[in-house]
Order: sequence, then C-alpha cells, then structure tokens
Amino acid sequence: MSDSPNPPAPFLHLEVQQVSVVYSNGHHALRDATFALSGGTICALVGVNGSGKSTLFKSIMGFLRPSGGQVRINDQPVAAALKQHLVAYVPQAEEVDWQFPVSVWDVVMMGRYGAMNFLRIPRAADKAAVEESLRRVSMWDFRDRQIGELSGGQKKRVFLARALAQGGRIILLDEPFTGVDVKTEEAIIDLLRELRTAGCIMLVSTHNLGSVPEFCDQVVLLNRTVLASGPTADVFTEQNLTTAFGGVLRQFHFEHSTIQEHDGRTVRLLTDDERPLVFGKDGHLEYKDREGREDLVRQREEQGG
Amino acid sequence: MNLLEPLQYPFMQSALLLGSVVAALCAVLSCFVILKGWSLMGDAISHAVLPGIVLAYLAGWPLAVGAFLSGLLCSVATGFIKQNSRVKEDTVLGVVFTGLFAFGLVLHSRTQSELHLDHILFGHLLGIGPFFTLKVIGESPGAEYVWSLDLDFGSLGGQVILVGILVAALLLVLRRDLLLVCFDPNHARVLALPVKFLTYLLLALLVLAIVVSLQAVGIILVIAMLITPGCTAYLWTDRFDRMMVISVGTAVASTVLGILASYHLDGDSASCIVLAQSLAFAASFLFAPKHGWLASKRRAARNSAFPSAVS
Amino acid sequence: MPDFLTPFHYDYMLRAIWVSALVGGVCGFLSSFITLKGWSLMGDALSHAVVPGVALAHLLKLPFALGAFVAGLLASGAMALIKAKSRIREDASIGIVFTSFFALGLLLISLNPAGVDRKTIIFGNLLGIPDKEVWQLVIISAVTLLVVGLKWRDLMLFCFDPNQARTIGLRTGLLHLTLLTLLSATAVAALQTVGAILVVAMLITPGATAYLLTDRFGVMLWISAGLGVLTSVLGAYGSYFFNGATGGCIVTLQTLFFLAAFLFAPKHGLLSARRRARINLEAKIPS
Repeated sequence: MSDSPNPPAPFLHLEVQQVSVVYSNGHHALRDATFALSGGTICALVGVNGSGKSTLFKSIMGFLRPSGGQVRINDQPVAAALKQHLVAYVPQAEEVDWQFPVSVWDVVMMGRYGAMNFLRIPRAADKAAVEESLRRVSMWDFRDRQIGELSGGQKKRVFLARALAQGGRIILLDEPFTGVDVKTEEAIIDLLRELRTAGCIMLVSTHNLGSVPEFCDQVVLLNRTVLASGPTADVFTEQNLTTAFGGVLRQFHFEHSTIQEHDGRTVRLLTDDERPLVFGKDGHLEYKDREGREDLVRQREEQGG
Repeated sequence: MNLLEPLQYPFMQSALLLGSVVAALCAVLSCFVILKGWSLMGDAISHAVLPGIVLAYLAGWPLAVGAFLSGLLCSVATGFIKQNSRVKEDTVLGVVFTGLFAFGLVLHSRTQSELHLDHILFGHLLGIGPFFTLKVIGESPGAEYVWSLDLDFGSLGGQVILVGILVAALLLVLRRDLLLVCFDPNHARVLALPVKFLTYLLLALLVLAIVVSLQAVGIILVIAMLITPGCTAYLWTDRFDRMMVISVGTAVASTVLGILASYHLDGDSASCIVLAQSLAFAASFLFAPKHGWLASKRRAARNSAFPSAVS
Repeated sequence: MPDFLTPFHYDYMLRAIWVSALVGGVCGFLSSFITLKGWSLMGDALSHAVVPGVALAHLLKLPFALGAFVAGLLASGAMALIKAKSRIREDASIGIVFTSFFALGLLLISLNPAGVDRKTIIFGNLLGIPDKEVWQLVIISAVTLLVVGLKWRDLMLFCFDPNQARTIGLRTGLLHLTLLTLLSATAVAALQTVGAILVVAMLITPGATAYLLTDRFGVMLWISAGLGVLTSVLGAYGSYFFNGATGGCIVTLQTLFFLAAFLFAPKHGLLSARRRARINLEAKIPS
C-alpha cells in the first residue's frame, strides 16, 4: 500500500452479489440486491427512506454481515478491502458530534490512522497527505478551527478531505448535499469529477433527484432490492422512478400550462422529499381536488384580493 | 418452617403494608418515568435529596421538606447548566447529583447528629414499627369478619401512606394529560394543555415519591422501584392503562415476596425487594408473549425461513 | 482548629494522599473519553455493578479487583443484551441492570456480616486502606495509564466517529471492550477512594470541566487528569478535618471546579457567552 492519497491502481471493482439482510427483529431490509461498478464512476444511490440505502452502505463497509449473498471488492471480501483502506465514508451531518474537541486538522489526520504505526504518531508523509487533502478542498486556511465552528458546506469538505487523506478508492457519501449552499455543492461535484478521472468509485446516496443526471454517470435504484442499475440515461427514466418511489413520489402534470403553450415542451416535476409550492393565479395549484375545500379557497382569495 | 410465619409479627405487618403502598406508588410513576426517558433523572434526584435531609435536620424542619427542596434543586440546576453550556445532559446530571450527594456527606460528617445515614441510604423498613391496628369490628351471621384498619397518622408510617395515596390518586386522575405530555409535548401544547406545569408537576410527584420511599428502600435502591416495574409491564402490553395495572401488580407481589425472603434469609430487605423485581423483569424479558426475547427469536426464524412469503 | 500541617505527620495520611492522587489522575484521563463518548450513565452503572463482585471476592478470598472486573463485564453484557433484544430504552435497561447487581451486592454483604463492611464499599476507605489493596490500585492505575498512553488516538477516533474507525480497519469491538474494561477497572480503583456512589463523579466531572475549557482533545486530557489529581490531593488532605469523609470532600471540590468553569470559562463559560451575546446585540443596533 503506497502512502500517497491516490495510488495508481488500474483495477477497481465493486460487486454486490445477491445481498440479503434480515435484522434480528425479523425486518427484511434488503433482498437479493445485485449490481457491479468499475473504477472511474460516480453512481447515485436513489430510493425512498427505508429502501435499504443505509443497509447497503453498511454492508459495503462491512458493518453487518449479509444473511445471504456477498459484497466483493477487487475480488476480495470486504474485510480484506478494509485492511487496505480502500473504502472511505463521508457521514451525514447529523451523525457527527460537532462539539467534539478536535480541530479540522485532527479530523483529517484521523483518515491516516489506518496507515500509521501502532502509536498513531504522524510521520512527514501523513502530514503531507493531510495538507494536500485540505488544500484540495480549499480548507487549508481553516485547519486550526474547531469543527463546530464551520459552515455546513465547510464541514462537508472537511470530511471529504478525510476520505482523500485516507486514500480511499471507494468513497461512500451519505446525503452529501443536505445543508450545503449551491456554491459548495458545485465545488463538491467538481471534486468528485476529478476523483472519477483518477479512477475512484463514488457511491452517493441522495434525495436530490434534480442533480443526479448532472453529475452521476450511473444510478442504482433501490427499494428493498435493486430495481434497476446502469448508466443514468437508461435507468433514470420516469417509468423507473415511478416504480422505485411508488406513491411516495409526487408527480405533477401541467396539462395546460403557459410554458407548454410557449415552446411546446412537456413540463413534469418529480420530487420525493418536499412538496413544492406552485403558485398560479388563484392560489395554490396543488389543490387539484378542491371539492370540500371551497371555504378554504374562498378565504384565500379574499385574503389575496 | 412456615413460610408465612413472619406475618404474625406486628413489625412485619407494618413493613408489608408500607412496602406495598410505596411499591405501588413507585410502580405507577415508573410507567411515566420510563416513557418520558427520565430513568437517570430519577436516579439523580434520589441521590440529591441527601444534603436537603441533613440541612432540614440541622434547621429543625421536617426532613421531607428539605429532601423535596434539594431534589427539585437538582433538576432545576441540571436544566439551567444544560441550557447554558455545551455539556451533554446526562453528564450534567451526573455532575450535579454527585456534587449534591458529596456535599450532603461532608455536611453530615460535620454534624454530631442522631441522623442515621444508614437508614437514609439503605432504608429501614423492618424498623418502621407498628403504625396501624387491625380490629374486628363486627361479626356477621355468615361468620365473615369485618375488619377495620386504623392508621396512626401521627407516626411516620401513617404519614408515608397518606402522602403515598394522595400522590398515586393525583397520578391516576391526571394520567391521560401526563401521558400526552410524555408522548408528544408539542401536541399537548397545541391542545393548550399547561405543558410546563404538567412537566414540573410530574417532576414534583417524582421527588415526592422518592422522599416517601426513602424509608422503605433507601436512597440507593429507590431508583430500581422507579424503573423496573414499568419496564416489566412495558414488555407485556401495548396499552398504557394495562401497563399501569401490570406494573403495580408485579411491584406489590415482588415487595411481599422480597420481604418474606429477607425474613427467611436474614438478609437486607430493600435488596430482596429489588432482586424480586429484577427476577420478574428477567422472566418477562425472556417469556413475554409479544415483546419477549424468545417470541421475537421465533418470529425472526419464521421470517428468514420463508423470505418470499413476506412480500 | 488543628494545625494545617498535622495531616502530613501521619503516615496513613501521606499514603492516602498519594494513592488518591494516583487514582484521581487515572480517572481524570479516562473521564475525557467517558464524557465525549456519552457514557456518563455507563460509568454510574458500572461503579454500582461491581459491588457484588467485590463482596464475592472477599467471601472467596480472591483479589477484589478480579471479582469487580468479572461483575462489571457481566453487567455490561446484560445491558447490551436487554438493549439489543427488547424494546426497553437504553437508559432504563442500564438502570435495571445496575440496581439489580447493586442489590445483589448489598444482599451478599448483609448475609455475611463478618466479611467486607458495607460502609467501606459505599463510602470508600482511603484512610484505612490495607497494603494489599494499595498494590492492586497501583497495578490497575499503571495498566490503565499504559493503555491510554499508547492508544489514546485510537480511543479518541472511536469516541468521535466509530464508523470511520471501522472503515479504516480499526477493531472497534476491541476498542469498545478496552474502554469498558478500563472503565470497570478504574471504577474499582475509585471505589476504594470515594465509594461506589461517588465513583461516577470521578469519572465524569473532571472531563466535563476540561471540556468547557478547551477545544483540543490533547489539552482536554491533561486538564482533566490535572484536575483529578489536584482535587483528590486536596480532598484527601481536607478529609483529615472532616471525619474521614474523603469521597465527599474530593467530589465536592470537583463540583466546585466544574461550577467555576461553567461560569468563568473563557470561551464556553456562561459569562463569556452572555458577554458575546451582548456585544453582538450592540453591534447590530447601530447598523
């Protein structure tokens, strides 16, 4: 294992083979999940809450042993891949204790622990790796800040830097864009693209359906099993998404909208987390079914008028 | 050896009656405590009453008043420090209650008092002395006796029972409001319930229950009576009302069995009561029909045996 | 009022002072990990749960540390089992287990009045500690210091982000067990100096105080250890004047230090937070 954060490794392969996970309370979280990814890809992991996204992450990180099937990385079991520090993990913001008395530098240095000696005393190479990673995410100037004193986007970048310092080749990102401003989101996406060029596999679980086609070249659709996986253009279709999200996904057909009349394109809005508020002339358009709500509608019009 | 032999002694009768009332009171309260997540709070308050007791003794006040005030001080101070610092709540609670307890010990060491630290810490159930008399007040033709229970409210035992019954009655009357406050305080606020008042009321009742239980089981083990019966009942049912009934039932039964066992073993009575409750919990943990370990194991086995049958 | 130097004329006082300094320092080091890991309740629980082990060890003439250690591990196993296999909340399951163990310990003690004194276990017995037990304390402390000194960075990562620790190949199960073992071991040591009830203070108060004073983990370790030593020395010395209530003195001092930090800490204290809020408010009004 070389010490540089991104050692040239031409062969990188992640295979999830018929993974099934049953929790001890009898809950069947994942059934026969199968897909494969090769180096140089950004893959979105899309599914509703409880569709098994975090269970899948945990299986890839080796936190739980599947009751059926297996995860293989470079044709080795997960445990062996972990020993080579191949897998890195960028946690959700809520999972982190932001008041913990550690600085930005300390956190990124933790990424190097696996490669350090028994006492975890940093050598010059470790320090260089940390510095390089911090500079890459433009957080070098913040290295002495306590981690709680950063903005949402800065926090995210620090944990990404930790994954870089670790030299992880398979990077799992859990909801990387929540609580992050647009500028940081673009910076993170740029960084992910760079890593893709360097041959890494990035698996991004996200709610943010809109940005998936923009930066992900592959998609895995999950609902207790893998519904579809492959290139974004093939998988990220309206039909597949409707299957994946069932009734959870909101779908709006603007049958007779001004936009449609304007340029003739069909406008569809797909969203899974928050109900978008779409305003029209006479109040909220989302009250498609106004029967029984006449009072409310009238009230609004009076208020508006 | 006759198992029920101890029942003929007045001091054992007193212990059984007092122990049962205290156990029932704590059992009712324990249902709220575990659902509200106040287990540690109960532990902390029970220790924090010590300096209040010592100070009340020095000032010549009733000990229960001092205990009540210092128990409240513990929870208020914890809330204040937690809101104004970055230390986690459980840590703050630990810091505050040990501080108060330690202060109580130091105070006690400087007073030449008759105050038995042992009795406060470990309870003194068997030494409570007779505080009631059972009389046959009439004999009906069917040879059924009509008993009357005369409580001596001048004695400590009588007072404990009086306060205990009052607290339990208040809890029963307000149980729906209190349950809502435990379950969903925001909803309770929307319904215009006095959430803050009810929360503090529950806290005050908790402190009061701890104070009256001190005599029976002592500072150190009262927390068991405030957690274990509720948890046992929680494993048996999904209904709150039933949970209270089961909780009281197991607590009283454990108390009677524990006191009898302590007589025959010649061991510490508070420990025996708590261990009896623990055994009841252990049995429920294993064998409860729906939430027991064996039941859930069976369920899991069934699920993985026919995975396709689920979907 | 006795002369302030009298305590130093007695060998037993001198010994009590250095032993409590040692135990206080070790507990202080550990308290940083305990508070950050959120194991305060665990510390409380284990310090009570070791009691039946101590009682049995006295009965069987074994070293008390061995008995305490086994009881501590059994208790934490039982807590983990109840938490994993039932719907009881973690704090309640911890409460059930530790009170059961503690009650068992008290019952064992009451059944065998000739054995260990109940007072010794509840309040500690620093002033009358036998040589044999001093040796056990020294060994426990040395081992704990060695492990913390060698592996503090791993333990820190384990407290901060166990998932990351696992993905880079640290054995988190082992780290968990190590921290739990250190916790039971120091709980036993502190049992001797402050007694079962106040052990938890030794295991969290110095850490909580240090946490208010710094944003650096390394610094926090040293502050909390220093506080542990200082308060233990002062408390042991002061207990000469307080009828031997050593535990009470040590823990009261620790709480006072915590309150001082809570009020006056330069960055995270109540007063500085109020000042900052006022300055922010004033800065906003003109603009």
